[in-house]
Amino acid sequence: MNIINIEHIAKIYDVGLEKVHALRDVSLRIDKNEYVAIMGPSGSGKSTLMNMLGCLDTPTSGKYEFNAVNVSDMDDNDLARIRNKEIGFVFQTFNLLPRSDALHNVELPLIYAGMPYSERRERASKALTDVGLADRMHHKPNELSGGQRQRVAVARALVTNPSIILADEPTGNLDSKTGEEIMLLFNEIQEKGNTIILVTHEEYIAEHAARIIRLKDGLVEKDEVVAKRFIPKPKEAGVI
Amino acid sequence: MRYILFELKEGLLIAFRALRTNKVRTSLTMLGIFIGITVVVLMSTAIKGIDNSFQQGISALGSDVLYIDKWAWFSNEDWWKLRNRRSIDMADYEQFKELAKLPIAVAPVINSQQVVKINDRRVEGVFLNGSTADYVKTTNFTFENGRFYNDVESNASRQVAVIGSEISKKLFPRGDALDKVIKIGGSNFKIVGVLAEQGSFILGPWNPDNQVFIPIGTIFKNFIAEHRGTVTLNVRAPNPSMVEETKAEAEGVMRKVRGLKYDEENDFSINQQEGLMANYNSVVGVIQIAGLFITGLSLFVGAIGIMNIMFVSVRERTKEIGIRKAIGARRRTILVQFLLESSAICLLGGIAGLIAAILGSMMLNQYFPTSIQPSAAVIAIGVSAITGILSGFAPAYTASKLDPVDSLRYE
Repeated sequence: MNIINIEHIAKIYDVGLEKVHALRDVSLRIDKNEYVAIMGPSGSGKSTLMNMLGCLDTPTSGKYEFNAVNVSDMDDNDLARIRNKEIGFVFQTFNLLPRSDALHNVELPLIYAGMPYSERRERASKALTDVGLADRMHHKPNELSGGQRQRVAVARALVTNPSIILADEPTGNLDSKTGEEIMLLFNEIQEKGNTIILVTHEEYIAEHAARIIRLKDGLVEKDEVVAKRFIPKPKEAGVI
Repeated sequence: MRYILFELKEGLLIAFRALRTNKVRTSLTMLGIFIGITVVVLMSTAIKGIDNSFQQGISALGSDVLYIDKWAWFSNEDWWKLRNRRSIDMADYEQFKELAKLPIAVAPVINSQQVVKINDRRVEGVFLNGSTADYVKTTNFTFENGRFYNDVESNASRQVAVIGSEISKKLFPRGDALDKVIKIGGSNFKIVGVLAEQGSFILGPWNPDNQVFIPIGTIFKNFIAEHRGTVTLNVRAPNPSMVEETKAEAEGVMRKVRGLKYDEENDFSINQQEGLMANYNSVVGVIQIAGLFITGLSLFVGAIGIMNIMFVSVRERTKEIGIRKAIGARRRTILVQFLLESSAICLLGGIAGLIAAILGSMMLNQYFPTSIQPSAAVIAIGVSAITGILSGFAPAYTASKLDPVDSLRYE
């Protein structure tokens, strides 16, 4: 079953007198439990596509169906609801609320979902435990390392049980060892049945995915299923 | 509905979290509202206090008393014309008292200002009232000690005096005024009565607390030559609803006493407290409006401060707003969050201001009459909440309209 079905979407930005075609004509389908990497050089339109997929932005033309619901002409409130319930974001710069502790950051999407206090506290602390931060719940982002911050962000993305996880350069601000640890975490999440869409420009990060979509100048240049890189699992996998 | 309540509750928690993390800024912003609410409430308690004490003072004089006088208290008549009226003398009083049927009491009053002293304690410029024993029936006086002078003392023009509570305090700090002999303008007087506190300081020398009462014959004997003064007739109606009839009768009787022909104008005036009230209300009304307007301005300045801070705050937290929107906050949620922040600042500032104003007016009350109205408290809280919502709306709306993509990219 397709979670995402995009048909001929285009996005045109008005920049002064010029029109910038960030996306010209992109069609793609993504199934449940797929692990997709979107690659491309800067200016290829991958960020625009990412915003589109994440329902942060709507296409200028074309159709976007999410779980068989047409979202291309939804209003702001409906998009906010979809983002809240169906999509988990992981950003390059983590985008945590700097003055709130890890637990509150993870709990935030559940607040917007209208979940009562005790239930959401429980779920948020479980999500943090799942990413190995059981002992860091009351630390603020500036008291955590880069890898730990990204784990908080992953926990926040997972806590609502979304249909897809959208990760935008999730290792961009991390050293390679920590980056690899985060990628292992994504592998695990995918193995548990989640759908992951990864935006990156680094080949060795993209190699974690089973399918790589390459963009160039607002068009899909190549969409290929690749052999997943063999990743040796450390013994303590699960709590990395 | 339940969702809205949930949103309000969570919004409040988030707002308080934001206020706590910016303590200095929050408290500085609050200060604006705090000062605004404090001065507005203080002003209104002071105005109300003055008003109350005036009303009280007036009612001590009796609202059902007419004052028949050569002078008009409030009129546009030519001063010379009033001045040239014949004086009202004791003979007029006797006749009036004989002819007027409605009044329950008629008393002639004449004043003089004198120094009152005992040993080395003295009070200057005291309003000395000379009247008959009936005078007390035209007032609502109550007594701390003793009694008013009686008919015998009055008719015999004895050297007896009744003193007001303030005079008593000044001359006899230990409260032992009764039966003492004081000097009024050089003559000895025995105190037969001390008034309980009557009115208010607003009336100044017209406050009975600051006056001394002696028989009218005594005042003529000691201070004013009888043929030179003009007396005022204090005429008390049987009850407040009979004031108009009593006034009509008094006018007729007085014309007869004065021997006026049908085409002659009154050569006397019948004054009422109402004139005093009307005059007072018009003056105080202006003070009230001006005072509240000026203090209201400070509240307005506070509100602008809040709007300013909220705009800065929205800009500074653009990224936060982006994050919140990305993970599912709706426009309304963001709007409510920022509105709650500004209202919370205002409410906290307003409550603190109200407390300060209450304490302040308690302190002021030692020197100045103030009166804290429960309604003032309710209004203060309401006004600060509304200020918060109004001044927070524009910034909050701006925040709610931010584009999530742009604001996530904002550094």
